[in-house]
Amino acid sequence: MTSNLLLQVENVGIQFGGLKAVQNVNMHMNKGELVGLIGPNGAGKTTTFNMLTGVYQPTEGVITFDGKNLKGLKPYQVTKLGISRTFQNIRLFKDLSVLDNVKVANHNLAKHSILSSIFRLPNHFKGEEKMDRESIEFLKIFGLDVYKDELAKNLPYGMQRRLEIARALAAKPQLLLLDEPAAGMNPQETHHLMELIAFIRKEFDLTILLIEHDMHLVMGICERIYVLDHGQLIADGTPEEIRNNPKVIEAYLGEEVIE
Amino acid sequence: MKKSKAFWVYIIFALVIYTIVQVMISGGTLDLYYQNILIQMCINIMLAVSLHIVIGITGQFSIGHAGFMAVGAYFSAIATMNLGLPFFVALIIGAVAAGFAGLLVGIPTLRLKGDYLAIATLGFAEIIRIVFLNIDYVGGAAGMVVTNMTTWTFAFVGVVLTIFVIANFTNSRHGRGAIAIREDEIAADAMGINTTYYKVVAFTIGAIFAGLAGGIYSHNFFIIQPTTFNFLKSFDILIYVVLGGLGSLSGSVIAAIFLTIVSAYLSNFPETRMIIYSLVLILVMLYRPTGLMGTKEITHLFKFGKKGGSKV
Amino acid sequence: MEWIQQLVNGISVGSIYALIALGYTMVYGIIKLINFAHGDVFMLGAFIGFFAITRWDVGFLPALIISMVLCAIIGVIIERVAYKRLRSATRIAALITAIGVSFLIEYTMIFFRGPGLETYPEVLPNTSIDVFGVSVSSKSILILIVTIILMILLQFIVHKTKIGKAMRAVSLDADAARLMGINVDNTISATFAIGSALAGAAGVIFGAYYTRIEPLMGVLPGLKAFIAAVLGGIGNIPGAMVGGLVLGVVETVVSAFGFSLWRDAAAFIILILILILKPSGLFGKNTREKV
Ligand SMILES: Nc1ncnc2c1ncn2[C@@H]1O[C@H](COP(=O)(O)OP(=O)(O)OP(=O)(O)O)[C@@H](O)[C@H]1O
Ligand SMILES: [Mg+2]
Repeated sequence: MTSNLLLQVENVGIQFGGLKAVQNVNMHMNKGELVGLIGPNGAGKTTTFNMLTGVYQPTEGVITFDGKNLKGLKPYQVTKLGISRTFQNIRLFKDLSVLDNVKVANHNLAKHSILSSIFRLPNHFKGEEKMDRESIEFLKIFGLDVYKDELAKNLPYGMQRRLEIARALAAKPQLLLLDEPAAGMNPQETHHLMELIAFIRKEFDLTILLIEHDMHLVMGICERIYVLDHGQLIADGTPEEIRNNPKVIEAYLGEEVIE
Repeated sequence: MKKSKAFWVYIIFALVIYTIVQVMISGGTLDLYYQNILIQMCINIMLAVSLHIVIGITGQFSIGHAGFMAVGAYFSAIATMNLGLPFFVALIIGAVAAGFAGLLVGIPTLRLKGDYLAIATLGFAEIIRIVFLNIDYVGGAAGMVVTNMTTWTFAFVGVVLTIFVIANFTNSRHGRGAIAIREDEIAADAMGINTTYYKVVAFTIGAIFAGLAGGIYSHNFFIIQPTTFNFLKSFDILIYVVLGGLGSLSGSVIAAIFLTIVSAYLSNFPETRMIIYSLVLILVMLYRPTGLMGTKEITHLFKFGKKGGSKV
Repeated sequence: MEWIQQLVNGISVGSIYALIALGYTMVYGIIKLINFAHGDVFMLGAFIGFFAITRWDVGFLPALIISMVLCAIIGVIIERVAYKRLRSATRIAALITAIGVSFLIEYTMIFFRGPGLETYPEVLPNTSIDVFGVSVSSKSILILIVTIILMILLQFIVHKTKIGKAMRAVSLDADAARLMGINVDNTISATFAIGSALAGAAGVIFGAYYTRIEPLMGVLPGLKAFIAAVLGGIGNIPGAMVGGLVLGVVETVVSAFGFSLWRDAAAFIILILILILKPSGLFGKNTREKV
């Protein structure tokens, strides 16, 4: 089984000033899995993503991806290793076209140097054309190719969410991290998005870790689920097990009482 | 190939402008006064475009650009006056020296953000100036005497080269990476862009061409002094970029042309010029913070039918 | 015992930096703006004091107070006219505007009265006082006393009055403060008023101490004061005081060692070292951007 292991998170934690936002988290993901990460607001889900992608360095613990320790790596290095992500609060390159948004993520696909671009050597044209072709393919999957020349900021909200995923995919990840991809979408859009996720997972042999608040959705598509509460992992297991776990019910009930 | 069509259009456009001006100079329509304004204009365009790659493209707020201009000005002057090298070699030396200065300043400071970066670049520019002020070899505060070698041809070739390099950089995967940093540094990093690297590259390219402009500047006058390259000079360059539109190369060129003319008219009233400049800056920031052109290029205006990014 | 006098000189310059730095730090703390024009308010303060003394024939203290009041008003006008609209703009847009305001003040001043020098009349007793067996100029001592009084006053305002509490609340979290019923706009204006009054005071003190004033005199002290504020941890009031004093003493030491031409570079080198090594300053807390 170990050869199948893609991501391993051991006793990871992070502290902001005095606040322990995440502590003692242990997780693992096998190649090809689709795993959910849930928990009430402020549980530490996004913070976990940030540690997995090098945006924050954990103050304790070890993260191993594909046999490599991620300690000290910058986000772009982690991305090159094969982890890519979307953001909860959409972070597109607003003043770039839809196509260019994807091409940015395609950056490392082409190899032409700065000098060959400045002097417009053949390598430049070959590289850029390759990036164009590949990027359009990603846009097609998400039905965004017709908007390729539109500025990202002019897309409707639901499409911006999809463009974020297309862009993340263009970075050619093995592991894709989706932070509330369906947030703000209506049920129909959400349904469509879930089909898309299932599709790209097959098509690109992806392993996916998904943060989502919509319980039905998570329960419906994830094979396994981790539950965070107050920065700690309180449960993990199949959707069935999670549904009946008293700790999980308590964590969510507690939240509802507050709301 | 259709991609290189834009390149030829650019070259032909440049040649046409050059020929027209050259004919007017030879024919005596443009006397020395106007020639000097044209050279000044070229220098300002180079400065504007070289700051545009730092602020407009990469989104890194530098307000010390005059420091790199100073390095180029002094090093090229040393090369011609003290070492007796040919002018164009001196220009290359000035540009390379400024590029090194850009690298040295950029590596430590570019991890700072926003206003902190701005202040740090201002600090470095002042340090550069104070260093020249204290070196007797280059005349200290009294300045350095430089022979007039700059011609309209040198200045114009400088502009063409600056625009060529910076536009081609911008319209490539590298420039796209730099723009991504401007748009959202965290997202750019997460998409695999080595943000530190591209910030330093853009900063260094900017410094190189500011240095080239500095060399052309120092040989267009009879003396250079450290005070010339103070914060006021950096402020002048900043205005071109801000007024033209943060992110628009053609905008900063237009602003540089326009403001060179304005300041030529107001050369006898320097206070009035400064009052107008600062009022313009304040009003632009309050009412049109994107500047004249925003991130658009003038070539966009000529593209009917299909939309698309400009390619030079 | 040349050294004691040098040290006193350093502390005197430093206390002027500190007074200006307080305005920078308070404004930055509350609206995250480097108010570039602050050094020019200092300049205006020096001129107001000069006119009060020469035209209206008042003494040092009344001139100081007149200058503080007028500078407070000027500060509020600048804030209301130029900066208020920029609250939701990018920090860079705000910084550019502030640079614009700074140049506007400087060159409007030059436009109307020319760039020439003005010489302050002798308003302070200039004798040597014996301190622990060392003679120190009485001017330095007086300046120090005035500065200390102003700083105590500021501490009192910030910590003991309602407006001071409001200022601290707004700088922590403007939205929360608004929800708690604090008038954020007025609080910001009050911050500008207090900061500018201190700059005005610094202007008069500068004039009385160094005697020469001119329209561009605010540029370098303004930058230095900003450096002092960064050194102390921008947004941190005691930090600005310490930062100002440290900077003043460092500069005097650099000059005393015979590197007076490098004095200004020293300040900028301190700035860059602090920004790179510990951007939160000597007394600041590190914060991280949330993603
Ligand atoms: N950079 C930071 N500095 C200080 N505290 C932070 C930082 N980033 C996150 N936190 C804190 O860590 C805790 C966890 O936040 P996080 O964003 O990970 O929650 P989440 O599970 O993603 O919640 P949500 O469902 O609302 O997105 C919160 O208390 C948050 O305020
Ligand atoms: Mg979250």
